[in-house]
Amino acid sequence: MSRPKNQNYKGHGLPKGKEREQRASIRFKTTLMNTLMDVLRHRPGWVEVKDEGEWDFYWCDVSWLRENFDHTYMGEHVRISHFRNHYELTRKNYMVKNLKRFRKQLEREAGKLEAAKCDFFPKTFEMPCEYHLFVEEFRKNPGITWIMKPVARSQGKGIFLFRRLKDIMDWKKGTAGKKLTSLEAQPARNTVNPSGSHDTRSSEDQKDEIPVENYVAQRYIENPYLIGGRKFDLRVYVLVMSYIPLRAWLYRDGFARFSNTRFTLNSIDDQYVHLTNVAVQKTSPDYHPKKGCKWMLQRFRQYLASKHGPEAVETLFSDMDNIFIRSLQSVQKVIISDKHCFELYGYDILIDQDLKPWLLEVNASPSLTASSQEDYELKTCLLEDTLHIVDMEARLTGREKRVGGFDLMWNDGPVSREEGGPDLSGMGNFVTNTHLGSLDYFTDVERVSRC
Amino acid sequence: MLQEESDLSLIIAQIVQKLKGSNLYAQLERQAWASLQRPEIKLESLKEDIKEFFKISGWEKKLQNAVYSELSVFPLPSHPAAPPEHLKEPLVYMRKAQGSWEKRILKSLNSMCTELSIPLARKRPVGEQKELLNKWNEMGTDEPDLSLFRPVYAPKDFLEVLINLRNPNYENGDSLSFRTHLGLIQVPLKVKDIPELKEFFVELGLTTGQLGIDDSTQVPPELFENEHVRIGQKVLTEQDSAAAQQYIRQGSPTALRAELWALILNISSHPEDILYYEQLKTNVIQHDLLVDSLIYKDVKLTASNDDYYFVFEDYLYQVLLCFSRDTSVLSHFAYNSASPPKSYIRGKLGLEEYAVFYPPNGVIPFHGFSMYVAPLCFLYHEPSKLYQIFREMYVRFFFRLHSISSHPSGIVSLCLLFETLLQTYLPQLFYHLREIGAQPLRISFKWMVRAFSGYLATDQLLLLWDRILGYNSLEILAVLAAAVFAFRAVNLMEVTSLAAAEVSLGEGQIQLFAPDSVLVITF
Repeated sequence: MSRPKNQNYKGHGLPKGKEREQRASIRFKTTLMNTLMDVLRHRPGWVEVKDEGEWDFYWCDVSWLRENFDHTYMGEHVRISHFRNHYELTRKNYMVKNLKRFRKQLEREAGKLEAAKCDFFPKTFEMPCEYHLFVEEFRKNPGITWIMKPVARSQGKGIFLFRRLKDIMDWKKGTAGKKLTSLEAQPARNTVNPSGSHDTRSSEDQKDEIPVENYVAQRYIENPYLIGGRKFDLRVYVLVMSYIPLRAWLYRDGFARFSNTRFTLNSIDDQYVHLTNVAVQKTSPDYHPKKGCKWMLQRFRQYLASKHGPEAVETLFSDMDNIFIRSLQSVQKVIISDKHCFELYGYDILIDQDLKPWLLEVNASPSLTASSQEDYELKTCLLEDTLHIVDMEARLTGREKRVGGFDLMWNDGPVSREEGGPDLSGMGNFVTNTHLGSLDYFTDVERVSRC
Repeated sequence: MLQEESDLSLIIAQIVQKLKGSNLYAQLERQAWASLQRPEIKLESLKEDIKEFFKISGWEKKLQNAVYSELSVFPLPSHPAAPPEHLKEPLVYMRKAQGSWEKRILKSLNSMCTELSIPLARKRPVGEQKELLNKWNEMGTDEPDLSLFRPVYAPKDFLEVLINLRNPNYENGDSLSFRTHLGLIQVPLKVKDIPELKEFFVELGLTTGQLGIDDSTQVPPELFENEHVRIGQKVLTEQDSAAAQQYIRQGSPTALRAELWALILNISSHPEDILYYEQLKTNVIQHDLLVDSLIYKDVKLTASNDDYYFVFEDYLYQVLLCFSRDTSVLSHFAYNSASPPKSYIRGKLGLEEYAVFYPPNGVIPFHGFSMYVAPLCFLYHEPSKLYQIFREMYVRFFFRLHSISSHPSGIVSLCLLFETLLQTYLPQLFYHLREIGAQPLRISFKWMVRAFSGYLATDQLLLLWDRILGYNSLEILAVLAAAVFAFRAVNLMEVTSLAAAEVSLGEGQIQLFAPDSVLVITF
């Protein structure tokens, strides 16, 4: 069944209400057994299908996607929780390339000042192909700390810090290093397609080689903002409903994840100090599960406001908005924007002592397992609101700027907090429609009611 | 008339006496001498000119603030011939009860001491001193074995004592009448009723703007918030304590709160204050006290487990360990019904020359004590400032929450106020809860003893503590507790046990949306 799209109306991408079909029941499928399962099971009218049954909604994991997406037929109404080539944004090396390219483009089109707004990513070099470039940069800045991260692993695995090239040599001698050395000897292979997107299969074409694990070497941020002497990073949720046109929602809640130990640059071997993933912290000898070591964003925002004043906090948060929007814009043209797809990203942001936010990485599959009661509530509401926006029940009008805890951040253009359209004249107070961490208790009126 | 005048002159004399010993006096003297250089100071009109100079340069304001500060803590005027115990607590039976409570606490402490064979105090060996100094900013990483230590007492133990308080001169009679007080506290103290509370808390009325309600995003800021913030900034520029205290009754803007509280408490960070804190730190490094382990245990049990405050664990040690060595705190016992425990040098029991106060500040921490400090970590990040603010808050307010006295802000009066409000205005609820064995005070006591710290979200808690400072009274705690019950009255009427009542009120954290709105509802 096809539904005509009205091109003249600037809703957030939904066809007009009358034409959408109300489904009697929605068949969902997922392999995750955590908060998501609870939310899906409790949703009225949603029925679980197992194994080979036909589904209307699939919250899949990325490996399934990689293997099956291309040969799965999906009806018009069907929704799936990932974009086919999301790794353009979420794999560190691809994201860096896309961002660098976007930055160049911006510089050409709009000048240096505009391009500088993309400087939220610490200098990164892909290993092994950019090893020589890295060494050049390394020599220009002696004594600073670098961090080596595997490109595709999560939860803090495989990461280490270093200050001397000797440390890399030692690491290269280890198992990872053997792969590095063999590739280093060859000229850098261009695996980039003309369109700018990357082909994941190219690495497997190299028949004679050991499968490569790519790494990136990134400049380590040595002056992170500390609270109570501890380092932390922020986890923020962004929901993208489509890339062309770009429609993104920002969730108001999120949390700050604290490292369990006090920050010091003296012990770069102590990964517990530097890595703030809860997954890593859980293995630290200091870890007490009851503690949770998380602060909700509202708490964090309040703390900053009482320390630096509300204006500084406004600036910080609008700089963060800038990160979300620009990172999405940088991959807009390469991601295959399939109307069946949506994606909930987990952004990891680090704040430094000058209150500048840095993008650490973007996760396509942010953890949905709850570490505490408060966390459970946050993730439950997050997922419920995500499903409200995906709107399988066809209840939204398409004009909403806010659904539950999500604010429409970008709708093929900036979205203003005020009524009416964006301020195109460039004057006046344009304030983006985002309310990250603000102290506003959700009123029931604004929640999409359950049927 | 004559009596009032002589009272006033007595008070003035006492304040002058007190201030003469303070740092401010020395500074004023220095300023006066320095001002002689100025051209506008003439010999003929020396006194007036210097006064004028003080006014313009802001020193008069500082003096005003200091006097205002003294007046805030000054005990209520009493008969000039009254003995010092009356200043602490005028009612004999209260004094006696406090005395026996203290004996019990001390006994508990001493027995723990003998059981574990740990000395009350010992000098640290040099190696240990060095180690502690290195770890000063991260004492939270230390995991000493605290399993054998227990808190000396918990709020519920204290409640039992209060329940058994009786005035021997008051005969209640066995017959029940409408006058009978149905609650747990059975002492006849005067507490305010609603009309009096309305008058006292006039700025919390429905027609006055409040932060926490009238600055929410639905309300346009021009209506109240902008003006309020502007006035706050003006108050800070003027550096006027009294004005700040009046201003903060409507709540403090987040960005201005730290400075406003410092102004009201008359705390300014002079080099001498920082030095004093450093001296206390040295004391901590050099000597280990048994009380330190109690503090460690308390922090680990309460603040470290709290979702909001675990981050500040290290600050808590830095404040509380120094606090227990601060002998300047002893001066507050002049108006506190409690007295500092005395300990004797080994073998010299009973000999006054060998008596010392233990701990040096005379305050034995109980379970939950560290929660008095935790919310302040949100506002103050510099250890000596944080310390000063906490100390001042303690000697002005918090001490009243765990000593037996008849003071209107004392915990006994607060309990009575809470119960009276509930019984008078929600009699059905009160009766129902009593019948199912869930006396309301058993639930709300812990809230009041901790001034709601740990039971309210931090932003709401800070708004509440704004009012404590603004009204210079802890009565608001009892009113809030009653308001919480009023708010949840419908649900509470359906519960059938104490445990269910606790759950209904949100065990752990009270789920409130803007306590101010709740307070306003009550009025």
